[in-house]
Amino acid sequence: MSKDNSQQIQSQILDAYKNKSALSICGGNSKHFYGHKSNATSLDVSEHKGIISYEPTELVVTVRAGTQLSELESTLNESNQILPFEPPHFADNATIGGTVACNLSGPARAYNGAARDFVLGSRIINGKAEDLKFGGQVMKNVAGYDASRLMCGAMGTLGVMLDVSLKVLPKPETEITLSHQCDINQAMFNMHQWVKQSLPVSASCYDGSQLFIRLSGNDSSVNSSRKIIGGEAIKNSPFFWQQVKEQTHTFFKTNKPLWRLSLSSNTPPLDLPGETFYEWGAALRWLKTESSVEEIRDKLDALGGHALLFKNNTLDIQAFHPLSNGLLNIHKKLKNAFDPENILNPGVMYKDI
Amino acid sequence: MNSPIDKSQLISRLENILPPDSVLHQTEDLHPYECDGLSAYRNLPLAVVLPNEIAQVQAILKVCNELNVPVVARGAGTGLSGGALPLPDGILLSLAKFKDIIDIDPVQRIARVQPGVRNLAISEAVAKYDLYYAPDPSSQIACTIGGNVAENSGGVHCLKYGLTIHNIQQIKIITIEGELLTIGGSGLDSPGYDLLALMTGSEGMLGVIVEVTVKLLPNPESAQVILAAFNDLIKAGKAVGDIISAGIIPAGLEMMDKLAIQAAEDFVHAGYPTDAAAILLCELDGSRAEVEENIKRVQHILEISGATEVRIAQDEAERETFWKGRKAAFPAVGRISPDYYCMDGTIPRKHLPQVLKTMAELSAEYELPVANVFHAGDGNLHPLILYDANKPGELERTEEFGGKILELCVEVGGSITGEHGVGLEKINQMCVQFDALELTQFHAIKKAFDEKSLLNPGKAVPTLHRCAEFGAMHVHHGELPHPELERF
Repeated sequence: MSKDNSQQIQSQILDAYKNKSALSICGGNSKHFYGHKSNATSLDVSEHKGIISYEPTELVVTVRAGTQLSELESTLNESNQILPFEPPHFADNATIGGTVACNLSGPARAYNGAARDFVLGSRIINGKAEDLKFGGQVMKNVAGYDASRLMCGAMGTLGVMLDVSLKVLPKPETEITLSHQCDINQAMFNMHQWVKQSLPVSASCYDGSQLFIRLSGNDSSVNSSRKIIGGEAIKNSPFFWQQVKEQTHTFFKTNKPLWRLSLSSNTPPLDLPGETFYEWGAALRWLKTESSVEEIRDKLDALGGHALLFKNNTLDIQAFHPLSNGLLNIHKKLKNAFDPENILNPGVMYKDI
Repeated sequence: MNSPIDKSQLISRLENILPPDSVLHQTEDLHPYECDGLSAYRNLPLAVVLPNEIAQVQAILKVCNELNVPVVARGAGTGLSGGALPLPDGILLSLAKFKDIIDIDPVQRIARVQPGVRNLAISEAVAKYDLYYAPDPSSQIACTIGGNVAENSGGVHCLKYGLTIHNIQQIKIITIEGELLTIGGSGLDSPGYDLLALMTGSEGMLGVIVEVTVKLLPNPESAQVILAAFNDLIKAGKAVGDIISAGIIPAGLEMMDKLAIQAAEDFVHAGYPTDAAAILLCELDGSRAEVEENIKRVQHILEISGATEVRIAQDEAERETFWKGRKAAFPAVGRISPDYYCMDGTIPRKHLPQVLKTMAELSAEYELPVANVFHAGDGNLHPLILYDANKPGELERTEEFGGKILELCVEVGGSITGEHGVGLEKINQMCVQFDALELTQFHAIKKAFDEKSLLNPGKAVPTLHRCAEFGAMHVHHGELPHPELERF
């Protein structure tokens, strides 16, 4: 189950660099729907896999990028630990490299942090086929620019991730999910209020008629908080959040464009046609709609948020929210700093990087 | 770039932007700015500028870019690594007048503040909403949030609440070309590359921070601290691992060694057991029920880990007393030695015994005592080397000893700096932690933001030339990326 394939990966990148031919980085291909497709030669990183080191008492795991997320999570589970950002898999063969490269996080994100918050260090191969290590295996490390976090969400466009070190946390002793029938305004009020009361909220969502709040922690804390929050305890809490996380919940069964809107959590419901599913204390909103891209993005621009066309890009438009000219300019220069021949996943995020 | 800077032309251009009293260029006016918290290094800049509007910062940077004048940004100047040390051929850009808290949103739990706002002032301003800002560097009474972002500052609560990077949502920066960029967003993430992460801890090398939106946390319902004494430092280190293995993440987990305990006790009378080889301070926070339960569990773990004494603070006053000694540890050490040099390495905790042993050997070799204060939960060591700057050669010996400690941290898989930054102080050790290709990549990142290298040049990332001189160049696969450079 463990294999160091770094030399093959490096030599394929070196060839591509010399020939100026683009590569399409592929782990488990579980997120094929995300971003833009590339027709470039495939660079398979799924064979570079295995857990390199895991120290439960240090709360740190170092893993090869091609390791399957399910294998990593099951190893952590044996020591009663978790990836605190609760990443979605979207398919059985999802890898940790792809997860970090897309910076994908699940229901706990608003309360525990995102994938990028738990990255301590990484080893990458840049577009010049150079093998580079940034960050490390310790929680506090401010030596050099934070190039390892820069890789999170860069979708491989700055470097091919070989190994990544992540901070892990103990698994909460217990969890419970409470549901309340209410309108969205009441739901938003409650989501903000309960977190502000320092209750151990670890996930929240609103499906259009019901608010769901997950509490995680030790028994005494969860039980005392449950009395404050009230509502009905749902039967199978892990299964419910699994459905939300993996988008197997009925809301997500659609052929319509599915937009991911990220914005200030206290923004009132948006005046856009379609149905909305709220997560992360209302800071993340999934919108099923056939509204025009301009209408959606203008609205999000005005709010300082962003709109990503997450799935069903039938419109064949730029999936990621456009960057301001100033930021796009920095992106292009950074891309050039890591990948001067533009060979790593070109165009999967934005046309020019 | 290499043509000498015409100081009078520079001053007159700056005085076109700012009122005369905001452009300092007489030698006596420059002295207060000659150093930051690392006072062993001092320089006078050509001028100090004190803008109070974003448009002024933009105009200043445009002038500096046009005239090729280096710029060092400064908050309160409390940094410990020389990051805000002025350059003799550059200007010092003070953000001290940007002191406004622009907006507090208690519902979303964020505050938008200017960079010159003090760290503690944020928590004070939001206390009425029962919120606080979590990162708490020891200088929090004076240090500014702009400096905190530039250094990715930590504090004693990092294990549970993270560093600055985990507690900010958006910043506004001015590039060297004078362009205002918003990085981050109103939501929990933003499109494109994680420039927020790249800017945080970039030590003023990529842009000048002019606004910060911080995340706030609700005050925990309850906080409780437990003090444990050990007759052996290694046992104390193991107890830290035992607490974490039990699934408990303390809000703070601090260790002090005998010399630090004695110095602190003599200074503030915190009631520490002065015969102990080490003490641990473990703070737990959360709901009342959770804290009550976890305190009992931690007490039990400490007892079976071989603690000679375990005390739980009985009330808020005693809790503060327990912390008082730890918080006063640095000045306390300052009382027992004419000077001390504070190091900031980080190690994987399992290597603590080896690191402590080697450090003791080095201490004997250099004939310089070391007091150890340790953010034990996250592996961040603060060895304090005791020396006397008036004794010829002792500062140099101290710096060499300090350098050895940092190299030891790298050797066991740690880092040369956990929270103080590289600045000028640890620039040579960067050559140990990173190889030539990695440093070259860092320079390429800088160039993407600052083509002419005018923002805090010479700090944080060493040139390969400097590493070659230092003799610690790590050669990758026998190849150097710049064979044309001379090596000494």
